[in-house]
Amino acid sequence: MTEPLLRVDRLTKRFGGVVPADAITLTIAPGEVHAVIGPNGAGKTTLIGLLSGEIPPQQGRIHFDGVDITQLPVYRRSRLGLARSFQITSLLAGFTALDNVALAVQAHRGHSFRFWRDARREQRLRDPALAALDRVGLADRAGVRVERLSHGEHRQLEIAMALATQPRLLLLDEPMAGMGPDESAQMVRMLQKLKGDITIMLVEHDMEAVFALADRLTVLVYGRIIASGDPVAVREDAGVRQAYLGEKDSGQGARHG
Amino acid sequence: MSASLEQRSLGAASGTRWTAGTAVTVAVVAALALVPLYTTLTGNAFLLTLFTRVVILAIGAVSLNLIMGYGGMVSFGHAAYLGIGGYAVGILAKEGFGSGYVQWPVAVAASALYALVVGALSLRTRGVYFIMITLAFAQMIYYVAIGLDRYGGDDGLTIYQRSTFGGILDLNNKTVFYYVCFAILLAGIYLVARIVNSRFGLVIQGSRANERRMRAIGFPTFRYKLVCFVIAGALCGLAGALLANHTNFISPAMMHWTRSGDLIVMVVLGGLGTLFGPLIGAVVFLLLEEGLSRLTEYPDLILGPILLCVAIYAHGGIEGLLRGGRRD
Repeated sequence: MTEPLLRVDRLTKRFGGVVPADAITLTIAPGEVHAVIGPNGAGKTTLIGLLSGEIPPQQGRIHFDGVDITQLPVYRRSRLGLARSFQITSLLAGFTALDNVALAVQAHRGHSFRFWRDARREQRLRDPALAALDRVGLADRAGVRVERLSHGEHRQLEIAMALATQPRLLLLDEPMAGMGPDESAQMVRMLQKLKGDITIMLVEHDMEAVFALADRLTVLVYGRIIASGDPVAVREDAGVRQAYLGEKDSGQGARHG
Repeated sequence: MSASLEQRSLGAASGTRWTAGTAVTVAVVAALALVPLYTTLTGNAFLLTLFTRVVILAIGAVSLNLIMGYGGMVSFGHAAYLGIGGYAVGILAKEGFGSGYVQWPVAVAASALYALVVGALSLRTRGVYFIMITLAFAQMIYYVAIGLDRYGGDDGLTIYQRSTFGGILDLNNKTVFYYVCFAILLAGIYLVARIVNSRFGLVIQGSRANERRMRAIGFPTFRYKLVCFVIAGALCGLAGALLANHTNFISPAMMHWTRSGDLIVMVVLGGLGTLFGPLIGAVVFLLLEEGLSRLTEYPDLILGPILLCVAIYAHGGIEGLLRGGRRD
């Protein structure tokens, strides 16, 4: 058994009476795509917030590549190779697509206390940014301002920004949210290409996408993990069927919430 | 508010093109450069005094625009730097240090230090809390100045000798002084132009657009914003040193909160986050104020509605209107 890239031990977060993370314990091995599913309010986005450092936990520890990162601020975790995308598109308005991604590159290429040179002419920022845009299929939209991109393109740009930080673990918060079937399929193909290069934790409602991509599957309900393991086995798990998948046919169609 | 955010950042994405805005900007700068020539020919000394004041306050507006327009940090205490810079000159002059080589660096350093303290505390908050904290600090400095009995307290202090520069520059010559102020203004605008397109400037503008995302992609945004805040404070402190030299007088009124408001109005009027907007805003605001105060006892009655119209109908300020007022 290889050392896990991410190890989460009994991570707990309470907001008043709500417990979106109740002693969550999970590991993610290098190279795997680990999907996290669960009904609305299960604590999926909170989990990503805890892992990326935006939300401080009350208990528990997070180890990333053997380093305890529980107390590290967001930007330090990003430096270590932890990147996230946002469920509700979170881009830099007023900038072009390329600017957005180039800033993500810049954050990881030395400090930014440089006051004189035109950063938009630094090829060592622009070239990797263009490469990341190309990877998500947005290269021909590089010069377009964020406001003029479509919703689907926003979602692709989200991923490109995260990729540009050269992450070792990518936390994707519902990358298919609000997408039509064609766009979803395209996103799945894109993520399949990333598979193997980057370890991914995928929070997603789209079951088709989950079963197409995931090596392992964790089911979260009210802040608790009720099942975790091989996706097919988890799907057949009686408890999961009852608690989450219910009568709904888990193998079909996209659901968004 | 979000519409104005988008409008503002037009400058962030699009390059400079030759537009009506550019033409007006060139005309304003050229006109300002020729003011001393005009006043010499016509013998209208008052006009030179007025425009010296316009240029100095424009430096303050350019400085405020760096943090407010590009960085989204709405400081409601920017006049404090005018006061600190001015008092640095006035206090040193009274204590026998007349050299500009001493006075001006002290004015800049004192303002930078004050900005560092205020920024370190206020930048941990945002929105209306940030506005209130910057205002509270400025009020504190205002009352400190009132308490400085040795330096005139509430009445202020006359400066008998303008900053000396060892025979190289004679600031008592009004034309020389005007051109010194004008050169510093242009240098300030150039500085801002370099900064906003640099790595540092993109981080600042990115933090205005979406600070949460900036942190997520790996930027410790606080320290960049703090340094930006200090740069702006230092530049406005220099404007304060110029203002004290201009009026040969310092008083707490230099940093009254309404003066901070005036600076904000100049920036918004001219165009937030545009390079020459603050200059145009300062020219229009101060000339309107001057002109209206001759026409009526209540200039604010006319100035107010004009500002209201700009705020409602022209999100990009005058710069934005001239650029074609595109709002998408």
